[in-house]
Amino acid sequence: MAFLEIRNLMKSFGNVDVLKGINIEIEEGGFLVLVGPSGCGKSTLLNTIAGLEAITSGDISIGGRSVAGLHPSKRDIAMVFQSYALYPNMTVAQNIGFGMEIRGIGQTDRDKAIADVSELLQIGHLLDRKPSQLSGGQRQRVAMGRALVREPQVFLFDEPLSNLDAKLRVDMRTEIKRLHQRMGTTIVYVTHDQIEAMTLATKIAVLKDGILQQFGSPAEIYNDPANMFVADFMGSPSMNLIPARIETEGNGVAVVISKRGGGEAVRLPVENANGLTAHAGADVIFGIRPEALTDPDGADRTGGGLVNAVCPIEVVEPAGSDTFAVTHLGDIEVTARLRADAAIEPGREETLTFNMTKAVFFDPKTESRIA
Amino acid sequence: MKERLQELTPKLVLSPSFFLILFFVYGFIVYTGYLSMTDSKMLPSYGWVGLDNYERLWKLPHWKRSLNNLAVFGILYIVVCTVLGLLAAILLDQKIRAEGLLRPIYLYPMALSFIVTGTAWKWFLDPGIGLENTIHQWGWETFSFDWIKNRNYAIYTVVIAAVWQSSGFVMAMFLAGLRGVDNEIIKAAQIDGASTVRIYRRIIIPLMRPVFLSAFVVLAHLAIKAYDLVIALTGGGPGQATELPATFMYSYTFTRNLMGIGASSAIIMLIMIFSIIIPYLYSELRGGKTQ
Amino acid sequence: MSQPSADVAVQTNRLVRIAIYTALIVLAVYYLLPFYVMVVNSLKPLDEIREGDMLALPRQWTIAPWLSAWSTAQIGVEPTGLRPYFMNSIFMVVPAVALSTILGALNGYVLTKWRFPGHNLVFGMMLLACFIPFQIVLIPMARVLGILGLAGTTWGLVLVHTVYGLGFTTLFFRNYYEAFPTELVRAAQIDGASFFQIFRRILLPSSGPIIVVTVIWQFTNVWNDFLFGASFADVDSVPMTVALNNLVSSSTGVKEYNVHFAGAILAALPTLIVYVVSGRYFVRGLMAGAVKG
Repeated sequence: MAFLEIRNLMKSFGNVDVLKGINIEIEEGGFLVLVGPSGCGKSTLLNTIAGLEAITSGDISIGGRSVAGLHPSKRDIAMVFQSYALYPNMTVAQNIGFGMEIRGIGQTDRDKAIADVSELLQIGHLLDRKPSQLSGGQRQRVAMGRALVREPQVFLFDEPLSNLDAKLRVDMRTEIKRLHQRMGTTIVYVTHDQIEAMTLATKIAVLKDGILQQFGSPAEIYNDPANMFVADFMGSPSMNLIPARIETEGNGVAVVISKRGGGEAVRLPVENANGLTAHAGADVIFGIRPEALTDPDGADRTGGGLVNAVCPIEVVEPAGSDTFAVTHLGDIEVTARLRADAAIEPGREETLTFNMTKAVFFDPKTESRIA
Repeated sequence: MKERLQELTPKLVLSPSFFLILFFVYGFIVYTGYLSMTDSKMLPSYGWVGLDNYERLWKLPHWKRSLNNLAVFGILYIVVCTVLGLLAAILLDQKIRAEGLLRPIYLYPMALSFIVTGTAWKWFLDPGIGLENTIHQWGWETFSFDWIKNRNYAIYTVVIAAVWQSSGFVMAMFLAGLRGVDNEIIKAAQIDGASTVRIYRRIIIPLMRPVFLSAFVVLAHLAIKAYDLVIALTGGGPGQATELPATFMYSYTFTRNLMGIGASSAIIMLIMIFSIIIPYLYSELRGGKTQ
Repeated sequence: MSQPSADVAVQTNRLVRIAIYTALIVLAVYYLLPFYVMVVNSLKPLDEIREGDMLALPRQWTIAPWLSAWSTAQIGVEPTGLRPYFMNSIFMVVPAVALSTILGALNGYVLTKWRFPGHNLVFGMMLLACFIPFQIVLIPMARVLGILGLAGTTWGLVLVHTVYGLGFTTLFFRNYYEAFPTELVRAAQIDGASFFQIFRRILLPSSGPIIVVTVIWQFTNVWNDFLFGASFADVDSVPMTVALNNLVSSSTGVKEYNVHFAGAILAALPTLIVYVVSGRYFVRGLMAGAVKG
């Protein structure tokens, strides 16, 4: 029995369907990240879990109890908002204690709880300040404190880091992960940042246009994307999705990518052609992540399936830890991720290594995964 | 039970205002519309006469006079207020040190009642004691400025007083608009070598389009509603020289006891205002939605 | 080739500046002159006005016209001065402003933070009500006030001004709360706060500026109203503006211009004081009323 269950959830505003039958479940203590581009319905989904927006049909249950129709304050949840939503006219302590005050909890108990939480988050020295006197990172902590003090069954985070600058964002990300590990409370977390999703989640739900595209562990989402959207959305730089054709070659098959203006650019034999034989002769989309397309010396030799091919290098972008090279295959730009000190120059033909065990294939029409 | 009450609270809170507006605004409009098709005289009466009152209204020279006056007054009021307001705003926008002093001076008439404005200008323009008399005292014996007593010119004195009252407000609107113009656009134009006059003519004033529209809507609806000022300044006279639809409605309904005609003139005023306001509000609300 | 010298540029610049300042001063004179005329002539004896220069300072200063306008001038049939009418206006303005502001604040709160299907239609109806020519409601209003037993009373005028002020007060609060972060309301909901708790504890403490704007706007409008006062007021409820007009346009006796001017300033004083004290908010109200914002 899952802890948080979302079954067949539909939500429409007027005649616009925002969520079209979502099914997600997460075990107690899990960290569920809802990710997708803006307008995909992830924030609406979070709001329906919080009870801030009514659902059209379906059901949501927390800890085996259906919460559909319950007032937000009765769902045993706490939420951290994108803008932090700190009450501007109250001090930090009053902000954290407001919910307890409303529930009629006495001053001494409140003060105790506030003290505990502020110690955990190291905001004890800020308790008498107003939100306007805090920095972005401090506000973020106070907002988390207000959520923590409720000791809820589920924490909801709505893009909590998007208003912070890049460095602070990374620090707070670690902090949230540490907090989760320490408290073990179930978390539902909305973000449009796929790196946040990968680093924090135990389960990721990728949404687009109100439809759940894929639901799985970060590794599943990354290595086994269900369709081209997920493949493209997760990972940075994103996966190369190259139009190609499958041809029979000997006992197996080969992926053939055409050159700009016609002709054959590269031919990549596939050893373990498990699912692909059925598609021989068909056009496919060949997906390969930049890190599976490297200079020959940088290739991962543990799994085999390495194929070399000569590609024209157009642009070289040294990024410090890696060097990215842009080449052109099948009429699209393709990014390869090389070792930092790989000897490579733009305008030349260079040998690149394709790690075909990491390759995935999609149907160009349905955009679904075929192998 | 408590949950349901919670859910209903917002609507319960809104409903008194909603029903007040529904009854006192829209209900009353319907009622006045109905009266305009009855033979009501001193008191409402419910003899149905169809559009007779409207036909009679359009044959009344008094009504035509009011409409003519409204046209003259309205056009001059809107144009002069806009030009003066824009001019004052542009001048004030030239990094004037005394802006903090001048701006409130331009704007204070807006705080006054039209009755006060009317009283002030009534005596200031009065040939016997006001400006004309004063200039005579200064030695220019032939100077003459008796517009307020002159049937052909009295309507212009209403324009003068109304512009005095409202142009500062238009200035404030334009000033806010000018201050909202992106500085980088102006810098770019300066780098392109445009002179100040040209920057205003080609870039800034065209950017003021929404302000022109707002000013027009505000001024037009004030013009159609203009009543107090005329009562205090000229009382509609001399003769009917400064009668406007608003004063016409009042005198036909309450002084001449022709309520049916009065009601029909009120309906015409409403139609005039709504034909300006509704498209404006519609586009504003629409615009807000798509933002 | 002669370069345009810096001197010339500076000089034309100075000429332009002089022209700008001249124009600004001329404008200032236009706006100040009528008020100046009112003030100086309210401090002159009547003879001096009749024969003399309206723009000149008094030769013989007197505050008699002010005293007369305040407490002894003939208004209608009674020689009461404007004092009782000033009080009538106060008794009308205070409740009307308070009621319409409170209702407007609640309406704005519901229309932004507790939206329901059709909220835009309701708001549109309220907004449109701001612009109706009041002539359209005079006849039925007179009847309804009669039926309610409020004809000719100050409470009748309070009702009228509250109802016809609602559109603007709702507009002000609605636009202000529109910009108020909805996430705060949501956070408070999760904290378990009720409808009124959220309003009182979260929104109201941040509403200072818009309350000031609304109160000033309503105060100015209600105080300055003439049409409703002239239509619905009776001896005991005639407001200041109507009394002033009666004073000025009474056809009996000599025209006491100096008293009229003093009376006009008295009628203008409350709104002028508000304007001088809080001009910033006054302007903000004007703008909010004109532009949707």
